[in-house]
Amino acid sequence: MFELILQTSVNALVASSFTALVAVGLVLIFGVMGIVNFAHGELYMAGAFAVWHLHSVLAWPFLLSLAVAILIVAAIGAVMERLLFRPMRSNPLGGLIMSVGTLFILQVVALEFGGGTGRAKHVTPPWRGVVEVFGIDGVTVPIQRLAVIGISVVLLGGLWLFLHRTKAGWALRACAQDPEAAALQGISIDRFSLLAMVLGAGLAGAAGAAMSPLLPVEPSMGHAVIVTAFIVIIVGGIGSIEGAVLASVIYTFFDTFVTTFVDGTIASILGLLIMMLVLVIKPTGLMGVQEKV
Amino acid sequence: MGIALRPWIAAILLAAGLASVPFLVKPYQLDIAIFLLINLLVVVSYRLVTITGEWSLAHVVMMGVGAYTSALLAKRAGLDFWLSMPLAALFTAAFAFVLSFPLFRMKSFYFLIGSFAAGEAIRLTWIRFYVPFGGPKGLTLIPPPQLSLPWLQDPINLGRPVNFYFLALIIVGLSLLILWRIERSRIGLTLQAIHWRDILAESVGVNTWRYRTLALVVASFFAAVSGALLGHYVGAVTPTRFGLHIMLYVLVWVIVGGTRTFYGPILGVVTLSIIDEFIREFEQYRPLIYGLILILTVRFLPQGLESLVLKALAGLRSRNSQVSQPVAGE
Repeated sequence: MFELILQTSVNALVASSFTALVAVGLVLIFGVMGIVNFAHGELYMAGAFAVWHLHSVLAWPFLLSLAVAILIVAAIGAVMERLLFRPMRSNPLGGLIMSVGTLFILQVVALEFGGGTGRAKHVTPPWRGVVEVFGIDGVTVPIQRLAVIGISVVLLGGLWLFLHRTKAGWALRACAQDPEAAALQGISIDRFSLLAMVLGAGLAGAAGAAMSPLLPVEPSMGHAVIVTAFIVIIVGGIGSIEGAVLASVIYTFFDTFVTTFVDGTIASILGLLIMMLVLVIKPTGLMGVQEKV
Repeated sequence: MGIALRPWIAAILLAAGLASVPFLVKPYQLDIAIFLLINLLVVVSYRLVTITGEWSLAHVVMMGVGAYTSALLAKRAGLDFWLSMPLAALFTAAFAFVLSFPLFRMKSFYFLIGSFAAGEAIRLTWIRFYVPFGGPKGLTLIPPPQLSLPWLQDPINLGRPVNFYFLALIIVGLSLLILWRIERSRIGLTLQAIHWRDILAESVGVNTWRYRTLALVVASFFAAVSGALLGHYVGAVTPTRFGLHIMLYVLVWVIVGGTRTFYGPILGVVTLSIIDEFIREFEQYRPLIYGLILILTVRFLPQGLESLVLKALAGLRSRNSQVSQPVAGE
């Protein structure tokens, strides 16, 4: 029993690290542009497809495939911002609808890219073998999963340093806090919206790319992720990056434990009910800020 | 007198045209026509929610609640379609009333996400609980509607496509008529007022919460009617039929058509269904084409197809009266 609990905790840690990548990207985009990016799950899916093509089909090294996949998805994000979100600057609902359109398009593109059949792809795991955790026999974690944690920590740490230690990061946070005031300080909203979208999409792509050897890669794989990400950003407080990370850890631990000890669908239902509860009782979430009147 | 007769003549011509459809089209097209009728009710009832200014993502799930309830009443309690359908609609309306308490504590984006969470939780409940919902495979062998007439020995099987077309035509027609009357009534005007200026409406004594709830309950009632029609026609209901991607299709129909007028969503769903028919051989590209149409509409025709009609009507009117009038929608 003790081993099972430890093992589940390790699994939860893996899940929370990639969930955090997706959710932080979603929060970043919402913070700066006020747009709920419904296509965020599809960006995650695009990252996984890119790795599948580069690593499994073209036989590039995994880490190089990962890096290029992140760049590709970030580029998709840049195109979305430039062509779709920028004309909708004053209309958040319009931006949301644009992202729904993108979601449809990306799913078909992925389907075609994968050969036209809906059959799931498999990415050959670059690392095999397991590591024993705490030196206990029953508790092991595959190196592939450890890599997901590593990639997430590096990327989120890098993002934190960027946001808090550089001038551009400081300006990006200013845009998220109050776009109008930021614009009055001479910060270009256009440039920082583009930056937010590139970073947000890149993070989603990174999550998909890192998880691709662990999951069947298919056009619909974004759905489960976007639902989880919505729960996380609501519980964490929309617009708060720290809240999104904290909520990712709390929620995925809850979800993984309920999935292991009860069942997965019940876990999802409870997660959605918790989200409803947060929306009713404290819409600002764990660490969100009060909306301005 | 001639002028007073004109709408009637138009209505009779429309009715005659719709009634002759089953005899003019190929069998598979009749199938499409029946689904189109069902979808008409879905989008028009959905618009009732959107005119209060809130975009729900639970509407298709409400349709599912109606479909599941009617199917269960027919299968388990052995009720006739004529009883199970209205009971399912009433149940769904009551269910929406209960849901409105948490949902209407949220606004705009939070309402959108909250309604999505509520809908998804309901859908997962159907997937998780095999008894009575049948799990991921859903419910099958739902009996088709029957019509017993005193002078006939055997009841008429309304499950046959031609018969079902007329059944759907009558039920959807009546429902649309009721929804149209609601729109034209004081309630409809108040809902519009809430959309444009909810704080102002409140300050002149309108209980906005009550009107929003009313809109949600009535819309869910008619969503359930369309769901029950769907279930009894197909003979099966599954959780995937009421998933997020179907809701997104409804969103596309409504946005492409426009939500300012009663006929906007109708225009949207009819136009896109016609496009569907043209791209039938490229079924897998359908989401791509829908996505492009959606993006182009929002970008270049933000008020939807209805704005074209409004402009054309305004143009006609100004030509007739020789006085230039302001173009509606500007």
